[in-house]
Amino acid sequence: MIAWTIYITFGGAVLLLLLPRTFARWSALLTTIAGLVLGLIALVRTPIADLAHFTTIVRAPWVPELGMNYHLAIDGVSLTMVLVTGISAVSTVLFSWDVEDRQNEFFFWLLLVVAGCYGVFLSADLFLFFAFYELVIVPKYFLIAVFGSTNKEYGAMKLTLYSFFGGIFVFIGVLIAYVTAGSLDLNQLSQFQFSPQLQSWAFPVLFLGFAVLAGIWPLHTWAPTGHVAAPTAGSMLLAGIVMKLGSYAGLRVAMNLFPQGFQMWSKWVAFLAVVGIVYAAAVALRQRDLKFVIGYSSVSHMGFVLLGLAAATALSVSGAVLQMFSHGVIAALLFAVAGRMIYPRTHTRELDALAGMNLSRALPFAAFTFVIAAAASMGIPGFSGFAAEITILIGAWKTYPLAVWITGAGMVLVAAFTLRALKQSFFGEAKPGVLVQEGRVALDPDWIEQQSITAAEKCGACLLMFATLAVGLYPKLLLDRIMPAVEAMRFLK
Amino acid sequence: MSYLELLKLASPEIVIVITALVILAIGLVTGHAKSSATISTAKPAHALSHTSTATGICSVVAALGLAIAIGAILMLPQSTTLFGGMLVITPLTRLFKIICIALAFFTVLLITSQKPPRHLGEYLALVLFATVGLMLLVGSEELLMIFIGLELLGLSLYVMTAFDKTDARSAEAGLKYLLFGSTSSAFTLFGISLIYGMSGTTGLAAISEKLATASVQPLLAVGIVMTLVGFAFKIAAAPFHLWAPDAYQGAPVPSAAFIASGSKVASFVVLGKIVLVGFAPMHGSADWHAMTAGWSPVLASLAALSILIGNMVALAQSNVRRLLAYSAVAHGGYTLIGLVAGGRDGFAAALFYTTIYAVTLVGAFGVIGLVRRETGGDNFSDFSGLVSRSPVLAGCMAIFMLSLAGIPPLAGFFGKFYLFSAALHASANHGLLWLVALALLGSFISLYYYLLVLKAIFVNEPSLPAAQPFDQLTPDLVQRAAVAVLAAAVLLLGVMPDVLAARILAALP
Repeated sequence: MIAWTIYITFGGAVLLLLLPRTFARWSALLTTIAGLVLGLIALVRTPIADLAHFTTIVRAPWVPELGMNYHLAIDGVSLTMVLVTGISAVSTVLFSWDVEDRQNEFFFWLLLVVAGCYGVFLSADLFLFFAFYELVIVPKYFLIAVFGSTNKEYGAMKLTLYSFFGGIFVFIGVLIAYVTAGSLDLNQLSQFQFSPQLQSWAFPVLFLGFAVLAGIWPLHTWAPTGHVAAPTAGSMLLAGIVMKLGSYAGLRVAMNLFPQGFQMWSKWVAFLAVVGIVYAAAVALRQRDLKFVIGYSSVSHMGFVLLGLAAATALSVSGAVLQMFSHGVIAALLFAVAGRMIYPRTHTRELDALAGMNLSRALPFAAFTFVIAAAASMGIPGFSGFAAEITILIGAWKTYPLAVWITGAGMVLVAAFTLRALKQSFFGEAKPGVLVQEGRVALDPDWIEQQSITAAEKCGACLLMFATLAVGLYPKLLLDRIMPAVEAMRFLK
Repeated sequence: MSYLELLKLASPEIVIVITALVILAIGLVTGHAKSSATISTAKPAHALSHTSTATGICSVVAALGLAIAIGAILMLPQSTTLFGGMLVITPLTRLFKIICIALAFFTVLLITSQKPPRHLGEYLALVLFATVGLMLLVGSEELLMIFIGLELLGLSLYVMTAFDKTDARSAEAGLKYLLFGSTSSAFTLFGISLIYGMSGTTGLAAISEKLATASVQPLLAVGIVMTLVGFAFKIAAAPFHLWAPDAYQGAPVPSAAFIASGSKVASFVVLGKIVLVGFAPMHGSADWHAMTAGWSPVLASLAALSILIGNMVALAQSNVRRLLAYSAVAHGGYTLIGLVAGGRDGFAAALFYTTIYAVTLVGAFGVIGLVRRETGGDNFSDFSGLVSRSPVLAGCMAIFMLSLAGIPPLAGFFGKFYLFSAALHASANHGLLWLVALALLGSFISLYYYLLVLKAIFVNEPSLPAAQPFDQLTPDLVQRAAVAVLAAAVLLLGVMPDVLAARILAALP
């Protein structure tokens, strides 16, 4: 039944092209809610034992001559990713409620991205997986180039070309695996013994391709520019789910298919991950644009995911998967506040300018949301970020103690830039001449008529905050499902 | 063998020739009436309606003839060989004759999208003659017959390219195409004559038998290379591609579409047959560490050059048709990879790729024709803001461009995957990986310029005042429908590639 997430989302996208404008938002919202509900049903209904390995849901011949099947499967890791996709998608639609121009087209591209993500997370056939993976690339271009802001055409093109460039390496890796093993079935491939010599070069090719999308340092530069150029919904989707495609694929395909190659290269992955964490946090500390701060924080957080994967213990990898979930929610929340709650009301994202507005008085709900998001992002206990990062670090301790030390130091930087952003954006000193009152902000009188936070925004924010709190307080809910699935994978040390 | 049986077996070609003659006659009759009507300027409206009726009749007859020809192909026996391979009927030739006729059919539908050319009857007849050329090419395994097919196709195409007498560009394109084309014919003929001299036969199967025992002699090598050079001109592989940009840009839109689609498909079918059947013993190897002499390293280097030059030069274009021409060079390169790989899989992959490429390009040229009709040009700026003027056309163009770039779920994605996997399968120890990697790099570059076209369509502000949204019921409804059908086909072949791939594979022995 979980397969219907894909069909419903694609169906919703096609429907949007046919429906008149007035129904666009609602049909998009209903589509994404249906996806989330299906994910939740699967969470409740599927017995944990079934999630311990990649269980087939659908399997039908597609191109029998080439051994391609339409083959979907699910395990604990996939389920977690499907859930975060659903949550991000619903909140993204809610935070795009104000899109007026070319609404149908906007939601069409948006749903295509979501459907492609569902497809990637559920595919058990390498070709199908790769098709969904590449499918996600182009809608992003249109979302950003048509509906974005700040330097949008450059940001969109850069992001698309980076993703597609990574796609070339993935293409080569997929072909090599297919041609060598003669199969496209992920379950069969993960049993196949590739020669160590092949693995030693095929693993880095494949993993590098995926890591571009996950924002690995030094191939991360598309992420901040892309996030800034994207419309709010675009940033939320990008940071929330699309970056996870890269890390998920690295885990599911690259590491599972080429375990020996992974062992040869894992310390380099760990090295890049640690550099990414510290470097991105340091850069974020110096940014003036709030969206850039969040963009770099995404790179930093994805570094944790990569570190968790590189450490290759059951605990660290489970932590990495949990971090994918957690960051998906938190990044969406941060971008929602910066791009949707603050920017349309102040017409600026410059931290210095925002500092003069003391937004906590004008937008109390936004301030509250941002405090929660910042706390979750810094890894305060009780939020999902803490649960995930502590799991990763404990798991990685056995393998890379030094990396854990450095990362620990890096977390101070994370806290520093988050607090700085929080203080400047919401709790600055109000400057004279700035009109501030409950629900209204203005630097000049024309902007007085900005409305206060809308119901749609509140719903979206509450959904995300609930998700991060729920997983933070009771991480067992997901970890119980992730751990067995991870333990079944063969690359563990 | 009685003549009656021969007539039966050649019935599809005969149907098309007769149709062409009928159209010529209609054109002759109505053309007279038209010229007398245009002289009396007092009744221009009448003259216009008169022309459009004649246009309608001619197009309908042409479409009907092509449809009947498809029916005739379906009636043919499963497989026969006549005169030592001069006329061959196999599942493969049947399939590709149908594909060629279908491409011609869509070209005919596009013709009326422009202002009808001055002598529509003659133009349509030329298209049909060219189609007969395609069918002879596809349906023959004998070098002389192949050469006749090439010439029939070529001569029709030269005239079709230069058909727009009032446009200097069209004349230039026609002349260039003629000069390059006849040079390439000379090469081919020279190569064929050498091969005949060496093997004493012109049938492909017989040549293959003779060559199997012979060693590679310099003269034979020259013969093979000359033949390949001739075909490289036809498929516009670099460095023999120089005619393509002008022909694509200057020719009337339907002619360009036909050159890019039908002509290319048939050339690849024939080239594949010549190298894989006729020259099979001279395969050689293009593997990175184990290159050995033969035709495959020649084709591999043509492919590599085409991919590099086509994609690099396409980056700098600001005219959509010119851009498509250079990208055609690159796509020719990708397709050649399938032939380099050889074998059943490689040939099938190449045929699949060239077919979907042809379908895509006919559709793209359809969009270009419609846009050109409205804006009078085909530069990027003429496409600006197309999405607000005609969302359907914009969507179709997006499908065509993204399929060319190889984005799922469109046909181009599966096509590339099939090609590249066939190439890796065929070579021991991933020897062709270098070519595949190069092709992937090329398709990465290509995404950029295809996105530039889409950026003009979807992102840029409309250059024209959006006075009349032209998505209304206009006379060119047929062309719109044709474009939409082609776009749907590209999408369908991407989602269910098995529809075509299984057929091609089944048709190959």
